Amino acid sequence: MYIHKRRSNKEIIGGSITKRRKIDGRNQNEHCEATENRVACYRVLDDHGYPIAGTTFDQVDEETAVRMYKSMASLEIMDSIFYEAQRQGRVSFYLTSTGEEGISVATAAALSPHDIILPQYREAGILLWRGFTIQDFANQCFGNEDDHGKGRQMPVHYGSNHLNFFTVSSPIATQLPQAAGVAYSLKMDGKDACAVAFTGDGATSEGDFHAAMNFAAVMEAPVLFICRNNGWAISTPISQQFRSDGVVVKGQAYGIRSIRVDGNDALAVYNAIRAAREMVVREQKPVLVEALTYRVGHHSTSDDSTKYRSLKEIEEWRRSRNPVTRFRKWVESKCWWSDEEEAQLRGTLRKQVLKAIQIAEKIKKPCLEDLFSDVYEQVPSNLRQQEKSLRQTINKHPQDFPSDVPLH
Amino acid sequence: MAATILHGVGATTALSSINYNNSRRSLPERKRTSLVIQCDGSLSSGLNISNNRGAKLSTNAVAQTKQENVTASTTSKPGLRHELLLFEALREGLEEEMERDPHVCVMGEDVGHYGGSYKVTKGLADKYGDLRVLDTPIAENSFTGMGIGAAMTGLRPIVEGMNMGFLLLAFNQISNNCGMLHYTSGGQFKIPIVIRGPGGVGRQLGAEHSQRLESYFQSIPGIQMVACSTPYNAKGLMKAAIRSDNPVILFEHVLLYNLKERIPDEEYVLSLEEAEMVRPGKHVTVLTYSRMRYHVMQAAKTLVNKGYDPEVIDIRSLKPFDLHTIGNSVKKTHHVLIVEECMRTGGIGASLTASINEHFHDYLDAPIVCLSSQDVPTPYAGALEEWTVVQPAQIVAAVEQLCQ
Repeated sequence: MYIHKRRSNKEIIGGSITKRRKIDGRNQNEHCEATENRVACYRVLDDHGYPIAGTTFDQVDEETAVRMYKSMASLEIMDSIFYEAQRQGRVSFYLTSTGEEGISVATAAALSPHDIILPQYREAGILLWRGFTIQDFANQCFGNEDDHGKGRQMPVHYGSNHLNFFTVSSPIATQLPQAAGVAYSLKMDGKDACAVAFTGDGATSEGDFHAAMNFAAVMEAPVLFICRNNGWAISTPISQQFRSDGVVVKGQAYGIRSIRVDGNDALAVYNAIRAAREMVVREQKPVLVEALTYRVGHHSTSDDSTKYRSLKEIEEWRRSRNPVTRFRKWVESKCWWSDEEEAQLRGTLRKQVLKAIQIAEKIKKPCLEDLFSDVYEQVPSNLRQQEKSLRQTINKHPQDFPSDVPLH
Repeated sequence: MAATILHGVGATTALSSINYNNSRRSLPERKRTSLVIQCDGSLSSGLNISNNRGAKLSTNAVAQTKQENVTASTTSKPGLRHELLLFEALREGLEEEMERDPHVCVMGEDVGHYGGSYKVTKGLADKYGDLRVLDTPIAENSFTGMGIGAAMTGLRPIVEGMNMGFLLLAFNQISNNCGMLHYTSGGQFKIPIVIRGPGGVGRQLGAEHSQRLESYFQSIPGIQMVACSTPYNAKGLMKAAIRSDNPVILFEHVLLYNLKERIPDEEYVLSLEEAEMVRPGKHVTVLTYSRMRYHVMQAAKTLVNKGYDPEVIDIRSLKPFDLHTIGNSVKKTHHVLIVEECMRTGGIGASLTASINEHFHDYLDAPIVCLSSQDVPTPYAGALEEWTVVQPAQIVAAVEQLCQ
């Protein structure tokens, strides 16, 4: 806020600004806490899956819509079975996208396959859309030798160079400044693609979020920032994360065009992302999309969210505000989907996931050599020596070494 | 000042003992020849050779470095050299690589039209545009992250930290992502990034601008670390670091930027994993790097006058250590003195001591002595600052004690 000065507008850095006559605590410009004047949210379908009158949106064709629905349902089923597998001790860790299926799938549908994704960790839907098979997911979770990551990362830390999906890195928000770098690279090459960086509500507290937004704006980098505001960062509700009106207003602070969308409305997400992506690529400038949603599941298998929120709240979102059901209702209303197809999908998929788990469980683990490879481009002598030393130890005490890790 | 260092050291800044013959090897995709010089004088056109081990140390160079005047001793043809300062050598290396490969780009604070705080990138923005030589906002973690993202997408970025100390803010990106992503992605993404900047104790720059980051970074798996000390090795290491597919951290020193040397006109690339034999000898192996090389060489002059024959090795490669060169030396002299600028606790010297003890214990006639800075923040007051850095007199005393 500027105090009135007796100088011309030309001398104020940053361009001309309208003057004001006094500082007044009651003036609404000083009030930026989230009050009644919240940024509006773009939404297309109502809770029952019917298009809301007066909204503008692009229709999705039958093929895309059905594919979107099937992906969302598949993600939902896959998540629940993998979660159970973790509970049974077959997988060491898992993290679901329950309640947020609409965001990842609709986004994937709206983007081009050349757009590079920098995920947080709840974006498996994008991989699913782009062709990552159920077996691929299972292999990564079991860390076996068919895993693209060679068994080095925790479950759900997927990565696929081939599908333009950067490997998930656990520290929060580190992918955001990297997105500016990816966008910079795409800009240098003049490609018709953008960087798409995901973040959660909690991640917007990290310094990296702010610096990345600032960078992208200053550098006019084609980055699409998508924030999945699901209300919770493990046990921290958004009221304890920030005091602004959500995340969408933060874009304004950096000079980035921002939009808020109902993340549980897959059709709205599709439309918003399509428009945002076009803006990003055409104008080579960043855009921020805040997708409002709710994390129905626990943060991960290491969390029990009933400890800090009511069962009632969770169930309400799971039942009546489920993005999968909502989209299903719309697709069915267009007569593009039926109950029979639903039953068949669920049945087949369930079997497929269970089978994939069984197969993944039996595939052997990456061999010992892979402990030391890829640290550098070529294995250096000190690591070779360490491998030799390890093998000597194993030879002396073979009974203490895990039997499912091949030595060669 | 840097000028004092230069004056005091004389010939030894001029050339390392690396000997190479002038054979040319033409490579189809390059217009000029380029040589990778190994310690034993052998040549290769290969880059990123992690396991190269020369057979023997070169004996030719011994005669050369014992001369006191600056001579162009390692080329057979006169006039094929040009004189420049260390920061110019860095720039020359950088520029040659940018010319050669359009994927090479630079990012950092004030690197563009300002030319960098130490002028390493001067003129590059004018030549290559301000997209390839990118000025960034002040957020080290972010522009390092940006460099990583760009590297994963096919570029070869050089990230400049205005001062190495500021890169502490980039530690998260360097440790968790830069060093790890090639591994955790199963080899799908590579990160051919170079992170460079000036560090070390300067002239009254204050504690926060006198950091020795090599101590903190040395443990990060997946990165390589090198320290340059002469215009010759600065250019060679810069080029090697850029061409390497591994992430490399290149440590420069604030006080060495104005060192002058005549370097070859012909293109050359040095090996990232090799130490440099500065002065062969037989009584004691003195291991050092960066600015301390000059304090050691100054002490060496005094020691020679007193009848000692120290072997001085500039280790250059801080991660991994060139245990081959170091080992050969230890086997010859049986005494080791490490002279470093790092703090006593947890520095490069500490790791090197452990490493030599582990590998060459049987060859040592005395415990390894390590001269380091004290575990104190670097004071601003000039006299106090001087006493936190190892001085030639201390080095002389240590050698005398060690060789009793």
